Amino acid sequence: MELFEAFVLTVITAATPLLLAATGELVTERAGVLNLGVEGMMLVGAVSAFAVAVTTGSPILGILAAMVAGVSMAAIFAFFALFLVTNQVATGLALTLFGLGVSGMLGASFVGEPGVKLAAIHLPGLSELPLVGRILFGQDPLVYGSLIILLGVSFLLKRSHVGLVVRAVGDNHHSAHALGYNVLMIRVAAVLFGGLCAGLGGAYLSLVYTPQWTEGMTAGRGWIAVALVVFSSWIPGRLLIGAYLFGAVTLLQFHLQAVGVPVPSQFLSALPYAATVIVLVVISRNRRLLRTHTPAMLGSTFVPDK
Amino acid sequence: MSDGRDEPLLSVSSITKRFGELTANDDIHFEIDRGEIHALLGENGAGKSTLVKILYGALQPDSGQIRWQGRPVSVSNPAIARRLGIGMVFQHFSLFDALTITENIALALPKRPRLQVLARDIARVSEEYGLPLNPMAQIHDLSVGQRQRVEIVRCLLQDPHLIIMDEPTSVLTPQEADDLFVTLRRLSAEGRSILYISHRLREVKELCSHVTILRHGKLISTCDPQKETSESLARLMVGSEIRDVRTSAATIAEKRVLLSVRGLSLSAGDQFDVTLRDISFDVCAGEVCAIAGIAGNGQSELFDALSGERTVENNRIYIDGNDAGAKGINERRKIGAAFVAEERLGHGTAPQETLSLNVLLTQARMNGNGIRGPFIDYGEAVEAKDRICTSFDVRKSSADPRAYELSGGNLQKFVVGREFNRAPKLLIVNQPTWGVDAGASAHIRQSLIDLARSGAAVVVISQDLDEIFEIADRVAVLSRGKLTPFTSSRETSRETLGLLLGGAREGEAASAA
Repeated sequence: MELFEAFVLTVITAATPLLLAATGELVTERAGVLNLGVEGMMLVGAVSAFAVAVTTGSPILGILAAMVAGVSMAAIFAFFALFLVTNQVATGLALTLFGLGVSGMLGASFVGEPGVKLAAIHLPGLSELPLVGRILFGQDPLVYGSLIILLGVSFLLKRSHVGLVVRAVGDNHHSAHALGYNVLMIRVAAVLFGGLCAGLGGAYLSLVYTPQWTEGMTAGRGWIAVALVVFSSWIPGRLLIGAYLFGAVTLLQFHLQAVGVPVPSQFLSALPYAATVIVLVVISRNRRLLRTHTPAMLGSTFVPDK
Repeated sequence: MSDGRDEPLLSVSSITKRFGELTANDDIHFEIDRGEIHALLGENGAGKSTLVKILYGALQPDSGQIRWQGRPVSVSNPAIARRLGIGMVFQHFSLFDALTITENIALALPKRPRLQVLARDIARVSEEYGLPLNPMAQIHDLSVGQRQRVEIVRCLLQDPHLIIMDEPTSVLTPQEADDLFVTLRRLSAEGRSILYISHRLREVKELCSHVTILRHGKLISTCDPQKETSESLARLMVGSEIRDVRTSAATIAEKRVLLSVRGLSLSAGDQFDVTLRDISFDVCAGEVCAIAGIAGNGQSELFDALSGERTVENNRIYIDGNDAGAKGINERRKIGAAFVAEERLGHGTAPQETLSLNVLLTQARMNGNGIRGPFIDYGEAVEAKDRICTSFDVRKSSADPRAYELSGGNLQKFVVGREFNRAPKLLIVNQPTWGVDAGASAHIRQSLIDLARSGAAVVVISQDLDEIFEIADRVAVLSRGKLTPFTSSRETSRETLGLLLGGAREGEAASAA
């Protein structure tokens, strides 16, 4: 039973950064923008959170710093890709490379320093319940935050006017423009929200997952988040399943190694990435599924008539 | 209420709009009265769409004034136009494919309605005006006619005083168009004004009390269409007489079958495709055969199968006696067939490449016309381009422009001319004059007839009944993936064809609901 509890707890830890970043990217893509800079935004979020938390001693300020950092990175993307109408794929890749460099530079003096861990919330009584106590009631604010954001996004996209407008812009920006909606500003908002969530995902890595800073510590999680959005076929509910599934696959390598399964550790480390590739291949074979849910305007640029 | 009851509903004066060098609207003025159906007539590129976008606030004029119920207004965006009471039904629908009808309409309303309430309103209004719709249906499941109903209902829910309709019948069967006219007359009787944009003279004469005619961005005349003849309206619209297409009955002496299709079926690749069912027909040398149908009934699938863009099994398609079913497009070209796809930019030509290089695209790696084994002969390619442009009167801004720089009509003439240059035995054309102005259309249609009379077989897939009656010797209707038998176009009436075209729509409507 304790093994089960430990496994579930670590799955949650592994899944939360993926879920946060992927939720943001899902909203961005639903508005028709493909931002491949998630990895870079997460890294800058992670280093900002760590630096501020260590300097001030407050992980909450660290989280705020990560949000600001993520939004700033996203703003760079929005400026180029939306206002200067640069190619979104190229701009996103550049943002990831930029984030890798900037975070390395900002974090140089923090490498090896002990970090500040974001404390879990303890509800007296509830948290001590057998089996489910720590899983349900002993998590840190970011875990609850990730779930609340996902539920909120799911509800708003499906039920609210704002969500309808976001979906409309992603489905056909010409029509949205013809109806008098400000396509650019809606997309800017969606991109900034994506940055905010990616920043939070980064903060989770450097404040909870491993409370320290190492260069490139996201280790491709930004890319997995992008893949998860496709995996979910742009539906928030499936994103939740996907993030936890991938969290579990990521952890499998540690547990399998611990149990002593005679498989090279390199192979196990590659498992999440291999799983990503396989899932993408399987999904993209189903053209019907893809065409029904893919935001039709994904990645295409929009210049309003003057 | 003294505020402009005597004034015209809308009056436009001195509207001018330039795009770079081009003056799309040059000092336009006209008025629309209450309850009037006012036509805006002009060829493609005459400036109708620009003018309408200005009225609807999607574009801003460089100068000029718009008065609404007597008061000057500035329509700086579509939301303001809707608040004034101007509604618009777009030609290229401004609908969101992935959303439901209710969601689509909610996006256009100024207030944010509750979706359940709105769905009931939609059901009520659509019922009231004879435009049945299921509010929960998704747009991509709807036929073109149903999509237009969504646009109209969306417009009506905003209780507009003026409804702008951009080429509303271009996608409808004759029967659907008649139904639309009933609805429009009813709206006009309720005191709503309609600005009806068209280049179809018959409709304008049938429906409208005033007509404003534009040509090359200039106002030519505002007149009463009832007092004009179709010929005089056409002259005003085009600026010269349109040459009639000369036809002569096909004389098939030896009856040599150049295209033979036997039991061709094609399953849908995905949900947006139409399944072709058991299609069989023959086309002989010397005749023009038309396949009529409303878009989305399998035309593109049939074209893909005939051209070899999608290959099929053996024993299904014979080109000049060769079993071509499994052959690709280049192999079919090598046995004398030529193809003109519907989409001229992107599919028919590489937009960023020059015309001379675009000539090479359909040469099927045969020597000549710029191809020398694996190499390009630029001199020859330029010669071929010049030959095509001269014989098809392609008007271009420079000697060898890139494909995207040509206007739609000129590019279409080039694309058709490129195939003629290969002197094909069999020519298959999908929508030969879609979005092409009257002058270029007449040229292309005449060429198709001349090609057939010189001994080739021509298959025209078209949704334009006027075109079909003008050029086709025999006609069949493709609807929901099934082809009716061919009949002589001389013995078929518009009404019969219309019913065949529309018969399928009812079935489709039932399956979508």
